[in-house]
Amino acid sequence: MGGNSPCASCKLLRRRCARDCIFAPYFPSDDSQKFAIVHKVFGASNVSKMLQELPVHQRADAVSSLVYEANARVRDPVYGCVGAISYLQNQVSELQMQLALAQAEILCIQMQNDPVMLPYPPDHPKSYFLQNDLPQHLNLASSGNVIHRDHSLKIESIFGHDMVS
Amino acid sequence: MISGRCAACKNQRRKCPSDCIFSPYFPPNDPERFACVHRIYGSSNVGKMLQQIPVHMRAQAVDTLYFEARCRIEDPVYGCVKLISQLHQNLHDTESELARVQALIAFHKLQITQVELHQPTLDASQSSIEQFQNPWFIN
Repeated sequence: MGGNSPCASCKLLRRRCARDCIFAPYFPSDDSQKFAIVHKVFGASNVSKMLQELPVHQRADAVSSLVYEANARVRDPVYGCVGAISYLQNQVSELQMQLALAQAEILCIQMQNDPVMLPYPPDHPKSYFLQNDLPQHLNLASSGNVIHRDHSLKIESIFGHDMVS
Repeated sequence: MISGRCAACKNQRRKCPSDCIFSPYFPPNDPERFACVHRIYGSSNVGKMLQQIPVHMRAQAVDTLYFEARCRIEDPVYGCVKLISQLHQNLHDTESELARVQALIAFHKLQITQVELHQPTLDASQSSIEQFQNPWFIN
């Protein structure tokens, strides 16, 4: 009877890996980098508390999202995931503008051919593409001045107020 | 002086030194800001992160840490990753719809071109009639 290999967390923390170790199911010993990054950003103690507050069936997803956020923060210590959010918002805004122009063009064409015909009634599901779907309570503005590659993010475009650094 | 402590030092119940790394970004009138960040990242980790960032970028770093911490508190399973996922989906849906509308535009333009191709024979015969009827017609 040999002891089971300690999970990546217990290896890094240099402690005995208990049978009911909360980390073991999500941080296998063959992927030490995964826990190392999460520990660096959040801390083992905080991750443990977060997992303990969650039902077991949600913990795997929570770990995946924590790993994602930790990776983003290590790659970009200033903006973390917010850099990606801002970049994607701008991409969506640009595409929505192109879509609005294309819809206007098709409307012109259709009205030239058949003035009575209209593309979508106001309550048609496709009309939502011209609206901002983002959760309003997170107070994110859809317009911004972001150039993701050189990280010149203007924070007021995300938080809706002017920050003086 | 105890009354001059930043929110971080108040939360940690310690003296706030004049060079406290937290004090520019966690004013005492906003204890919730540090409480959120501390709950998710821990004071020690935040301090280490700030030390590795140039001073002029630290305010933005704290803002983004606070934003992500709030997302995580509101959604302990997915945090701000849910928003990223929604944006990816939005992007995909908008791209699909744009492609569809652009294809429709191309189709209509092709139809118009095909109609115009059949018109020149009609126009040519009309212009010869105009020349006959209008002595002032200048070619």
